[in-house]
Amino acid sequence: MAFELPALPYSTSALAANGMCQETLELHHGKHHNAYVTALNGFVAANAALQGKSLEEIVKLSHNDAGLAGVFNNAGQHWNHIVFWENMSAHGGGIPGKLETKITEDFGSVQAFKDAFKTAATTQFGSGWAWLVLGTDGKLKCTKTPNGSNPLATGEGKVLLGCDVWEHAYYLDFRNVRPNYVDNWLNKLANYEYAAAQL
Amino acid sequence: MLLAIQLLSVLAHSIFATIQGGPDMLSRRALFRAAATTMVFAAPRLAAAQAVGPYALPALPYAFDANEPHIDAMTMQIHHDRHHAAYVANLNGAVKDYPQLATLAPDALIARLAEIPETIRSVVRNSGGGHANHTMFWQIMGGKGGNPSGTLAAAIERDLGGFEAFKASFNRSGAGVFGSGWVFVTVSREGKLALAPRSNQDTPLMDGGRVLLGNDMWEHAYYLKYQNRRPDYLTAWWNVLDWSKIAARYDQAMAGTLGV
Ligand SMILES: [Fe+2]
Repeated sequence: MAFELPALPYSTSALAANGMCQETLELHHGKHHNAYVTALNGFVAANAALQGKSLEEIVKLSHNDAGLAGVFNNAGQHWNHIVFWENMSAHGGGIPGKLETKITEDFGSVQAFKDAFKTAATTQFGSGWAWLVLGTDGKLKCTKTPNGSNPLATGEGKVLLGCDVWEHAYYLDFRNVRPNYVDNWLNKLANYEYAAAQL
Repeated sequence: MLLAIQLLSVLAHSIFATIQGGPDMLSRRALFRAAATTMVFAAPRLAAAQAVGPYALPALPYAFDANEPHIDAMTMQIHHDRHHAAYVANLNGAVKDYPQLATLAPDALIARLAEIPETIRSVVRNSGGGHANHTMFWQIMGGKGGNPSGTLAAAIERDLGGFEAFKASFNRSGAGVFGSGWVFVTVSREGKLALAPRSNQDTPLMDGGRVLLGNDMWEHAYYLKYQNRRPDYLTAWWNVLDWSKIAARYDQAMAGTLGV
């Protein structure tokens, strides 16, 4: 059973008013994400040990295995982008009460959470991701991973939010100015309902 | 006059990047404000800019549109004035409390990463690598492509299977860089050539090697014109190379005088 590119949960123009234009979403979903899925299916077709495994299983088993670096990159990126589409919304930015309470408990304030997330996102050198995760200690924290890696692979916790900081995620909308992309993402695009539902 | 304005604009970006202290901290509004201030107080600001740090953004050795239509002017401008300027600013910020490090040329600095204080090592690696890589990158472009000649062509024949095979393997290597990075050709003191892909802003200079040429695989190098089509960018890039510059680098490598 081949992996499939999931449909976007909104139209490619749905986020344009919130700082992610139609061309960005068309390329990001239709070209970049699609290429990861195609490459992953190619690796699986050529490797019997991967066949019949779930995406999560493939991400975990290929992590830190130099011989499976290509598998990990593409499986990780498939998983990451599935989260990414789900954790954005045309009505993003509003934090539901239950999540806000938890954020305030663990970070001190909503602003402190946003600062920590932004620091993770802007200090990830080169391609990668910033995350809000629920750690195994039951506390929320912000973290970052390079390229196709993610907290599922590193075991850093359950993902509530993931923000793509590969340049392809923001170059058409924000050029080199990643901090503005991240601010905009946290305030206008992040689907905190999705995040709260993971708690 | 045009050149002077370009230079001022570059300095303004550099100054502001340093003040803000991050590669990504440049807002467009801030840039315009910094540029405007520099225009008004041009002379004193120039002096101040020189005091910003030991490493300087080299002027682009040709106009932004010199590599059209293969690399668009907007990409060249953002790439040089913002991305490269930010690497320079961050490198200067990292070494500001280490005057003995700041006396080193960029290639000598990043060849000694193991000796760099741990607190600034990753910034020196990333921003020093970024400074060295982009300085090399601007030098070898601005040409009209064509073919290498003379001893360099013979070395490509001997070590890389000829120009056509070399281009094909270089393009394959570039397409295989996952995420941000570079694909380089290294050159030994004896003139031997080899392909060397690297991640992020790493470079063979960090392993004591020398770089003959390299192509930037960060998406910022090609996204405005080629979007996700990195292979098309790789193919087009050969059309902007200046083989006389690359041949000079080859000669310098064998003479032991090649820097970044
Ligand atoms: Fe670059």
